[in-house]
Amino acid sequence: MLGATGARPLSGGTDLIVQLKSGRNRPNAIVDLKKIPGMIGIEAYKGGFKIGASTAGAQLGENAALVKAYPGVVEGAELIGSTQVQGRASLAGNLCNASPAADSVPCLAAAGAIAVVVGPDGEREVLVEKIPVSPGKTSLKAGEFIKAFILPERPAHASDAYLRFIPRTEMDIAVVGAGVNIVTDGAGTITAATVWLGAVAPTIVQVDASCLVGTKLDDAALAKLDAAAQAVCKPIDDKRGTIEYRTKVAGVLARRAAAIALKRAGER
Amino acid sequence: MAKIHVTATINGEEAEFLCEPQQTMLDVLRDELSLTGSKEGCGSGDCGACSIIVDGRLVCSCLMFGAEAAGTDIMTIEGMAQGEKLHPLQQKFLEHAALQCGFCTPGVLVASKALLDRHPNPTEEQARYWLAGNLCRCTGYDKIIEALMDAAAEMRGE
Repeated sequence: MLGATGARPLSGGTDLIVQLKSGRNRPNAIVDLKKIPGMIGIEAYKGGFKIGASTAGAQLGENAALVKAYPGVVEGAELIGSTQVQGRASLAGNLCNASPAADSVPCLAAAGAIAVVVGPDGEREVLVEKIPVSPGKTSLKAGEFIKAFILPERPAHASDAYLRFIPRTEMDIAVVGAGVNIVTDGAGTITAATVWLGAVAPTIVQVDASCLVGTKLDDAALAKLDAAAQAVCKPIDDKRGTIEYRTKVAGVLARRAAAIALKRAGER
Repeated sequence: MAKIHVTATINGEEAEFLCEPQQTMLDVLRDELSLTGSKEGCGSGDCGACSIIVDGRLVCSCLMFGAEAAGTDIMTIEGMAQGEKLHPLQQKFLEHAALQCGFCTPGVLVASKALLDRHPNPTEEQARYWLAGNLCRCTGYDKIIEALMDAAAEMRGE
């Protein structure tokens, strides 16, 4: 059905229904995916997790094992909208709406999350960051949709964190978002680090975080991370933030999120 | 296009309706079922005036299709009082004068009930974050929170 010209998949509808009302999106058909088995729910999978693509944000936060392993992924998803929106909005919807400011996406990418895509030609697994290609556009072909997300097994002493900046405390769109995933040796030295930024380019962008490896996140490493984060920013200038402001804040958030992720990694 | 036939449980009773594919649950409640307590403020999920509880989750009925209600258990503001007896939240909202024009009140009450269903003993901060998606143009937030916390205490038997 989704292969039909102009059909759109529906999960939580918190973006789609608003776009229908505004006329920005005029599908010929809407296919509700939520009753397909596996589209909603979180299960243990190959030592990590498999999350149904239509699972609502609130359900992620209620899964203690997921919160423990991937607190950054969960906090990103939980920052989307109000309690009401959390009752419906899904990871797949946030990703496929393809906003560069989507809060759940930087930490999913930093975690190495995989999207399981299904369509007329069968199933394929795609890294999350390969799905959005520009604002509002994805790499999904006609008739394809995301069935689930796979989060890999968590090594010991590893964790993640997501921070976003908005001018108020709730219910706003990220001016900058930073997702950081860190693995340590158990004694506080970083052995692997992945950092992605949101809202500072047409899609999320990866920061070269190699400067963190082998360090305990000392001031020199943090300064290098700050510079590396600023170097990849290509933001727009708008009422929400200027280019200079977004670039500066990206460095700050990357540093702070890295510090939180490292602290969490030490507690696992 | 043919209308869609939907059956759901609404406020504890079996409900049946026909809806257009693009009709929202809010449109269905108000226009098909004459349950006009849920209000349309923004129609885009920002204001919370249309809040309902679907299978135990608080949602904006303006951001849900009527067709999606099939087989669900829904509570609207009309299901809150038991006959003539007000729900403790409704009673406390009256006592604290936690409303001015009243347009946001049904949504605020439903959202407050959803909070207390899950967290009978919320902190004030928790309550304020929970209600961040319910806007009040009369700016009566402090009284809303006072009434909510008071009702929560009463419901806990304190």
